[in-house]
Amino acid sequence: MKIVITIISILLFILLFSCGQANETTPGSSNTSQISTIVNKGSDTLVNLALAWAEKYQQLFPNVEISVTGGGSGTGIAALINGTVDIANASRQIKQEETQQAKANGVDPVEYVVARDAIAIIVNPENPVNQLSIKQLSDIYSGKINNWKEVGGDDRIIVRLSRETNSGTHVFFLENVIRLGDPNNKTLFSTDTLLLPSSEGITAETRDNPNVIGYDGLGYVTSDVKVIAVGSKPDGPFVMPSAETVNNGQYPIARDLYMYTNGRPTGAIADYINWIMTTEAQTIVTQLGFVPIVKP
Amino acid sequence: MALLDGQKELSKNPGSSDSRLVKQKLGFGCLTLTTFVTVIPIFAVVIYILIKGLPAISWSFLTSFPFDGVKQGGILPAIIGTFLLTLGTAIFSVPLGIGAAIYLSEYAPESRWTRVIRIAIINLAGIPSVVYGLFGLGMFVIFLKFGTSILAGSLTLSIMTLPVIISTSEEALRAVPQSFRVVSISIGATRWQTIRRIVLPQSLPGIITGVILGLERAAGETAPILFTAASFFLPRLPNSPLDPTMALPYHLFVISTQVPGMPVKIQYGTALVLIAFVLGMNLIATTIRSRARAHRQW
Amino acid sequence: MESTKNWNEYILTRLIKISGYSAIIFVLMIFYFLLREGLPTIGEVSFVSLISSRWYPIEEYFGLLPLIGGSLIVTLGAALFAIPIGICTAVFIAEIAPRWARDLLKPLVEVLGGIPSVVLGFLGILILAPSLRRLLDLPTGLTALAGSILLGGIAIPTIVSVAEDALDAVPRSYRDAALALGATQWQTIWRVTLPAARSGVLTAIMLGIGRTIGETMAVMMVTGNAAVLPIKWNSLFLPVRTMTATIAAEMGEVAKNSTHYHVLFFIGLVLFLISLGINIAASTAVFKQHMRAERILS
Repeated sequence: MKIVITIISILLFILLFSCGQANETTPGSSNTSQISTIVNKGSDTLVNLALAWAEKYQQLFPNVEISVTGGGSGTGIAALINGTVDIANASRQIKQEETQQAKANGVDPVEYVVARDAIAIIVNPENPVNQLSIKQLSDIYSGKINNWKEVGGDDRIIVRLSRETNSGTHVFFLENVIRLGDPNNKTLFSTDTLLLPSSEGITAETRDNPNVIGYDGLGYVTSDVKVIAVGSKPDGPFVMPSAETVNNGQYPIARDLYMYTNGRPTGAIADYINWIMTTEAQTIVTQLGFVPIVKP
Repeated sequence: MALLDGQKELSKNPGSSDSRLVKQKLGFGCLTLTTFVTVIPIFAVVIYILIKGLPAISWSFLTSFPFDGVKQGGILPAIIGTFLLTLGTAIFSVPLGIGAAIYLSEYAPESRWTRVIRIAIINLAGIPSVVYGLFGLGMFVIFLKFGTSILAGSLTLSIMTLPVIISTSEEALRAVPQSFRVVSISIGATRWQTIRRIVLPQSLPGIITGVILGLERAAGETAPILFTAASFFLPRLPNSPLDPTMALPYHLFVISTQVPGMPVKIQYGTALVLIAFVLGMNLIATTIRSRARAHRQW
Repeated sequence: MESTKNWNEYILTRLIKISGYSAIIFVLMIFYFLLREGLPTIGEVSFVSLISSRWYPIEEYFGLLPLIGGSLIVTLGAALFAIPIGICTAVFIAEIAPRWARDLLKPLVEVLGGIPSVVLGFLGILILAPSLRRLLDLPTGLTALAGSILLGGIAIPTIVSVAEDALDAVPRSYRDAALALGATQWQTIWRVTLPAARSGVLTAIMLGIGRTIGETMAVMMVTGNAAVLPIKWNSLFLPVRTMTATIAAEMGEVAKNSTHYHVLFFIGLVLFLISLGINIAASTAVFKQHMRAERILS
């Protein structure tokens, strides 16, 4: 009995000690000067970008530690309202109800546009359809069109993929595609839309299943799915998403990506956000397939 | 044996006994088949993950941090995180669980209150893991203001593990023959002395088995730590129980559903590490149990 | 000396007694928290809205029926094949397998029970769902069926373990008596042993189903999470959304004390009550069985 306790205590000691050691040998953390921590949470669209930024920033400034978590724009904004994060990432603007809730909790959300994004419509590489209009997309996703042959494809049932409701991409798609940008439109996603936990789920199913239509941020589109051109009017012009077509307004489904802080940030958080607006950070934006707000 | 010989005798007569034996052979065949259906997937799952995951395993995979998002590098923080959560769970649930088991086995009268306790234990065992997550969120993260932390996660997991530890420990304690206790009391020991020096040591292997099985379940659970402890990417290892942590099951969940372009090899590698950890504990528990049975003094 | 020993013993005994009652305290705490955060739903969402068929919380559609239906159909599907396979395997292990096979199979089944559900979900996404889509020519493999298969895999070890214990506990005399009357082993199993172990086997089934209803990660990864009412004849082959997956997927995004937050806790409350109901039913069945047995044998 005593032996067991001794062994366990030794293991405990080693474990806790190694935690401290590992921290000291991790590149980018210092054990003498003060370490500032930034907690960053929210949009899954932004999470890869936020991670890349955090990695680069921590290399440049080793005394800052940034932790990044996804969970969806809704998650990030909720965390900001609950006071558990410093920066909330969002791929949609904060809603009015959320701003009210924030004020009720003593939180003042300040918005920064950190990048731009296109929402790409993706289908399986075998799908012969090359272009769709916004109206057709709206009808497909609300359940009015159910078979690919109605839009010029094969005779296959359309399987609709979407992000979960906590995703800013989902909300943006609902408001700007399904509801055609009309705030009084109350159309909803068809009930049999599959709500997948995140972008990878959508890509995986699209890559594999010829019946599928999906949407996601341009930065998440991989080369093994097919992107189709979208037209704002039924007869075109149909435009493929890219950095240029987003910036010159040709691609109809484009959006800003945001970071929200509680009040005007100071100190480490302010430095970080200012750095994100620099050319150096925006190069990373281009590398990851998003659209920079500043021409690099 | 004589009975079965008698059956063979009967079958020499034509008629219903023959068809009964045929039915029996068929029936046994079906049952064997069913058992195969149950058992084969176990091998299939473990071997498949082994084959696909082994290429990803290397010393650096197990001891370094992830980089490039989480698409490259190792899973050290997740491994450490799971260790810490399991440790935390043990700290809270083991004393409480064994104490409760001792109470039920040695002290509790056969009263209505005791029945209520047993019903409560069965209920705790049946509560869905995500409801534990909700409770942990409401109670430890928000109400007690621990935030998303190892502490909140461990407390949530330990309440979830409690029923397993209590029931297996109680069984182990009850298995100690009554005569041991009687002899001890008859030479003047108090009840607690009897428990501490006789009953507990004798039932220790069984208790340890139960504890390990309970902790194994806690190590593999995702839902309870989803909102109470887990984080996707942390730049350093946790420094205090109030820090959030990465954890193997949550990490596997995230990289298999949420990271685009995630190399499949690393996904399988993470799954392999998780399974190895869990099954390793299982193996240790089973070994302790069978060795204890062999060395039993009654 | 004597008095310190007595003091120590007194304190320890008190602590043990508290541990014993801790299970009740925890169950009550969980119930309280679920009530506290879930009941406001009744004030904030009308009853009519709750029983509507649209679940779309970001637009204030809080219809619970698709979710309840989703959980039900996945559980039913799982039960349909897990119960027969589980009981048959338990019968095989308990009655037909030779000693060496038993000692091998019991731990093996426990291993299957130890595999974390997130690993099964992971394999489900990569292998099961695409295979189902190709084999059955479905629009997508992310369906209730995929969920049922995984859940069955999780429920079978529980059913097998508990049922096997129950069958093992049936006294030898029952079997010997049946054989002495000329029954085959097959007939003995199905007409004597299994009915005698009825309460234990029923408990096994209920525990298995309890685990199924409460499972979160595996279903979240493979059922497609579409909130449809599963009332069509082929709903098993269509995507569904379970209560557990809803909580896990949406909890992260809710602001504290919003209506959505309350509704999610309300769903948790429903799950808690369902598992409570199953457990009470199971223990009442066991209790009644004991009473009947006592009446018959006395």
